[in-house]
Amino acid sequence: MTVAKQKVLALSGDEAVAYAVKQSDVDVIAAYPITPQTIIVERLSEYVHNGEVETEFLCVESEHSALTACLTAAAVGARAFTATASAGLALMHEILYVTSGCRAPVVMAVANRALSAPINIHCDHSDTMVERDSGWIQIYTENSQEAYDSIIQAFKIAENPEILLPVIVGLDGFFLSHTLENVKILPDETVKNFLGVRRFPSVKNHEGKLVPFRLDPENPLTIGPLDLYDYYFEHKRQQEEAMRRASEIIKQVHEEYANISGRRYGDGLIEAYRMEDAEIATVCLGSTAGTVKTVVDKLRYRGVKAGLLRIRTFRPLPVKEITAALENVKVLGVMDRACSFGGFGGPVFHEIRHILYDAPTHPHVANYIYGLGGRDMSYMLINQIYQDLQKILETNRIEKLVQFIGLRE
Amino acid sequence: MKPQSKGWKDIPIAGVCWASSKEYLTGDWRTFKPVRDLEKCTRCLLCYIYCPDSAISWNSGKGDIEFDYNFCKGCGICANECPVDAITMVFEQENGKNDSG
Repeated sequence: MTVAKQKVLALSGDEAVAYAVKQSDVDVIAAYPITPQTIIVERLSEYVHNGEVETEFLCVESEHSALTACLTAAAVGARAFTATASAGLALMHEILYVTSGCRAPVVMAVANRALSAPINIHCDHSDTMVERDSGWIQIYTENSQEAYDSIIQAFKIAENPEILLPVIVGLDGFFLSHTLENVKILPDETVKNFLGVRRFPSVKNHEGKLVPFRLDPENPLTIGPLDLYDYYFEHKRQQEEAMRRASEIIKQVHEEYANISGRRYGDGLIEAYRMEDAEIATVCLGSTAGTVKTVVDKLRYRGVKAGLLRIRTFRPLPVKEITAALENVKVLGVMDRACSFGGFGGPVFHEIRHILYDAPTHPHVANYIYGLGGRDMSYMLINQIYQDLQKILETNRIEKLVQFIGLRE
Repeated sequence: MKPQSKGWKDIPIAGVCWASSKEYLTGDWRTFKPVRDLEKCTRCLLCYIYCPDSAISWNSGKGDIEFDYNFCKGCGICANECPVDAITMVFEQENGKNDSG
């Protein structure tokens, strides 16, 4: 396959997502407006109004209903999309579990935003981190280009008959959602051919007949009914299995997409930036990685062996890949744009430090909680983290395991 | 349901029902069992109408009603509604043998 000729458009992250959805031949969109996501569905409603897409656009009364509509649309075999943020995602909480439990391959963009109170419309990851265990694949993007690319990939991952799991594509609120970038756009036909139409695995129904896994009056099927102590556990185990399988599929889809777009984000799961011989490194998610890369470049120029590991796919957690990428690191700083109140550091810290317990070598691991409610994560602050890591490397001890970066004392 | 020992690899995803509800016997949920006094019963069929599980049926051959204990969950609505108090809820014995009805 050859890389397609692409045009460059000036798009905000939200517009890039909307453009990707437009090209993905989506059957049903249901959404409720919430900043900083609103532009996504505004653009999509314009596409529908102008007849540029053949999509059923459902205006619903809440996010709870928006996701319910998408879940049921996906259950009858449609390709469904929604977008939300912060409180909207929190209101969907119940249906997030219903969607993954019904194995409905809904794709959702989340313009990551802080949770109230106090009310705040700006970026942090507390909204999606809450939903870590809801059975959704979670992809965090670094820039608008990646948001565009990831939405297209997300449909292909979600709808894979071996997976059938819903996918959240996160883009940092305002930093990405409202910032114009040059975004390379694939030709419509290329995206259409890449995604194809949904395929359905066969399941045995209550009449003993093998039927496609979708609601169809011609082939009646019951999805997600009462399931007590006798079978609920087995169904949850199936979801865990699908998550495990998803790692390989995400990599595979990412590679197929790279062949048509010429763009790669690490292996699709993690992106190791200048990690080959890195002694000190950070781990982060989302748009912060862009600034961190600049800091790493400057440090490298000065001879400091610095690196960055960006987690692109947070669920399923790429344990094997993270372990391998951190193999030679001596001091690691894990950056969390969310706080687990009363916990032991932020959620990403929990996971990374947990992975390293079984690793052959144990680097020092410190946690830096930053950027809550959209607090800017500047070059200077990131540099401060690397200075701290350098100090840990020299003194061989961590003075403070969990720190708040960019906070006024 | 008795064929209840399948593992997670052998069942369809998403809770898809692979058997009819007729094969899912819910009678063993029962703690109290409705027992009918055949003398008192007037065959008015109110119990038949009220039973939420359709576990009471009319046998036209016998000209009488029948309880299907494979599906009766012992809710007691029939006993409550019976206008002549012909139905008593009896504590289910071990092995559930209080045959009557």
